[in-house]
Amino acid sequence: MHKLLLSTSVAVLALAGAAKADELLTLQKDPKQWVMPTGDYANLRHSALKQITTENVGKLAPAWQFSTGVLRGHEGAPLVIGDVLYLHTPFPNNVYALDLKDPDHKILWKYEPKQDPSVVPVMCCDTVNRGLAYGDGKIFLAQADTTLVALDAKTGKLLWSVKNGDPSKGQTSTAAPHVFKDKVFVGIAGGEFGVRGHITAYDLKTGQQVWRGYSMGPDADTLIEPGKTTHLGKAVEKDSGITTWEGDQWKIGGGTTWGWYSYDPELNLVYYGSGNPSTWNPKQRPGDNRWSMTIWARDLDTGKAKWLYQMTPHDEWDYDGINEMILADQDIGGQKRKTLVHFDRNGFAYTLDRVTGELLVAEKYDPAVNWATKVDMDKSSKTYGRPLVVSKYSTEQNGEDVNTQYVCPAALGSKDQQPATYDAATGLFLVPTNHVCMDYEPFRVSYTAGQPYVGATLEMFPAGKDKGETHTGNFIAWDAKTGKIVWSNKEQFSVWGGATSTDGGVTFYGTLEGYLKAVDTKTGKELYKYKTPSGIIGNVTVYESGGKEYVAVLSGVGGWAGIGLAAGLSKSSEGLGAVGNYASLANYTALGGVLTVFALPN
Amino acid sequence: MRSSLAGALALGVIMCVGSSAMAEAPGDPKAVKSTDGKYFDAKGDPTYNVGPDGKVDWYTFSGYRRYHAECHVCHGPNGGGSTYAPALKDSVKQFNYAEFAGIVIGGRQNGNSVMPAFADNKNASCYIDDLYVYLRALSTGAIEAGRPAKKEERPEAFAKAEAECMGQK
Repeated sequence: MHKLLLSTSVAVLALAGAAKADELLTLQKDPKQWVMPTGDYANLRHSALKQITTENVGKLAPAWQFSTGVLRGHEGAPLVIGDVLYLHTPFPNNVYALDLKDPDHKILWKYEPKQDPSVVPVMCCDTVNRGLAYGDGKIFLAQADTTLVALDAKTGKLLWSVKNGDPSKGQTSTAAPHVFKDKVFVGIAGGEFGVRGHITAYDLKTGQQVWRGYSMGPDADTLIEPGKTTHLGKAVEKDSGITTWEGDQWKIGGGTTWGWYSYDPELNLVYYGSGNPSTWNPKQRPGDNRWSMTIWARDLDTGKAKWLYQMTPHDEWDYDGINEMILADQDIGGQKRKTLVHFDRNGFAYTLDRVTGELLVAEKYDPAVNWATKVDMDKSSKTYGRPLVVSKYSTEQNGEDVNTQYVCPAALGSKDQQPATYDAATGLFLVPTNHVCMDYEPFRVSYTAGQPYVGATLEMFPAGKDKGETHTGNFIAWDAKTGKIVWSNKEQFSVWGGATSTDGGVTFYGTLEGYLKAVDTKTGKELYKYKTPSGIIGNVTVYESGGKEYVAVLSGVGGWAGIGLAAGLSKSSEGLGAVGNYASLANYTALGGVLTVFALPN
Repeated sequence: MRSSLAGALALGVIMCVGSSAMAEAPGDPKAVKSTDGKYFDAKGDPTYNVGPDGKVDWYTFSGYRRYHAECHVCHGPNGGGSTYAPALKDSVKQFNYAEFAGIVIGGRQNGNSVMPAFADNKNASCYIDDLYVYLRALSTGAIEAGRPAKKEERPEAFAKAEAECMGQK
């Protein structure tokens, strides 16, 4: 670790003449602050604070609360920079700066963007926004209408803004921006509107576009270097983002980029995943549909793709590949590897070598997963690296207008955007998961720019419905070296909020019915829970202020979970009456955005 | 079939803009006749039919599918509404067929609530009758939330009209 630190600072010093030293590299190592939405560049979401421990967490209590004044789904988490807490809201995407030094947590400034409300109907899964980024004295907000704004962190004054997309074509923004070194990165949403996904790097100081890499299209658009960029160790062929599609379909091919991004400063590589190919009807888009459903490693400065891995070629279930890429260094087979760990919507957890893109482990992290028997790990096999699809659950093979039944996981995946955390002390990944299956019926749709381009309908239900089980979530600990579940806690509802582990041996996460929970990282034993005013789909922020450790989380139920689960599950589980009444989420919680900050009593 | 629908839609837009406040309420949704697997109420507006075994007509099923691809994100699953958009299973008790069609085609705005115009969205505009029929069935409790378990066969007339409207081979 120290060695890594040293070599990184040398590298930074060497560049100091050309660009300012990477301030975030230093800031993210200060556990008192939470300077980026993912906690750090590596997406570990781990805090080195340890005032709150497995021994005393049972005494935790709310210290203060703040209403955002906005309904609907509150994803993401506040940032803490110095003595200021920065908070975002879903559409209309207001931003608050709260003074942590002030005993009343006075509002220092508020930013209220003016956005055309016609963006709301083109957002697929609620009007969520996953938070803010910080860098160079600026707070960055990616508004729903795709405007990226840079605000003065001290005053809230608008410094620059740039339009990243066009909502009239179904392009919207839900993801947090990410600042890596001297650039701010933003993605695009709209996979249900035939939007061709891209990631774009903007200059931190000016907002000038530096590069944009598309998920599909000619190599000039994807920034793939044929013969050089690799996929599972083999050089990628020319224009693979076109040749794996029929005709011009790549132009409306999806592969949007609305997840969390990570960055390895030593390798200078940015990692992220691309989403589903459009439409959800696989019959309408023959081919592997590259590079939807793909893990990308791109050079930070040029955007050139170093390696790729397509997890779900020719998707038939809407298993977006956008979930976070966690950069943890682990011993695998007695060898120290720079790994990337990714819990995909498709129900497989992948461990790769993040230097080369070599696939090391791919295992199901929910035993319910049934659409594929396994990922082919035989390097000499023709289907190496591909999932071996079970015909019965193939919506492609069953065809249009056929209701393919009991596919696990459901479209919202064994895990969706809710980020996991890595605790190096135990070597465990703590993962919030969904335990939901579906019936999926694809049908023909026609494309019109700016209009829904969905092409399937689905019904979701608890994965264990056939066994009389009613829970739709699990919170698990995962060993990514071997691909095994270490412990698993049942949750009544899908766990749609992101987890954070700490050096106190405690891991925090929120639940859909509204609990903030603390568990023992090692054993999973529940040590504390508190019911917040609304369901939690936000992530946990841990920070220190005035010498005290705080745990902050947004409640405000919604998101896809809110739309899809609140009402959708009651009917599908009616047959369970004898076993136990499955009650819908609406019986437990209601809308409303509130930040709750917890601390140990004085 | 579909061309006469287009005429009705144009009329709907005019009616909606001109006299929505005084528009005639929708009639009793009870089906009194059927043509090629499509059911109509006493006023001649499209409506649902649910058999004694719970089997729904094809148009109701088709409306269910299209609703959950085109509408449910704002209007909630099963026509139940959300903070952004009204519960359509209630709206269809107030809006008559022509008004409903007019709003789907022409859109409307009420403060921060925006209903997009679906005139160019064939996935909705080719299925206005289906959507209307499905929502009517929900409005009276004739069907429950979720996917209808049983459905009538897809009528030939539907398949032909769909292919024409969607512009498929």
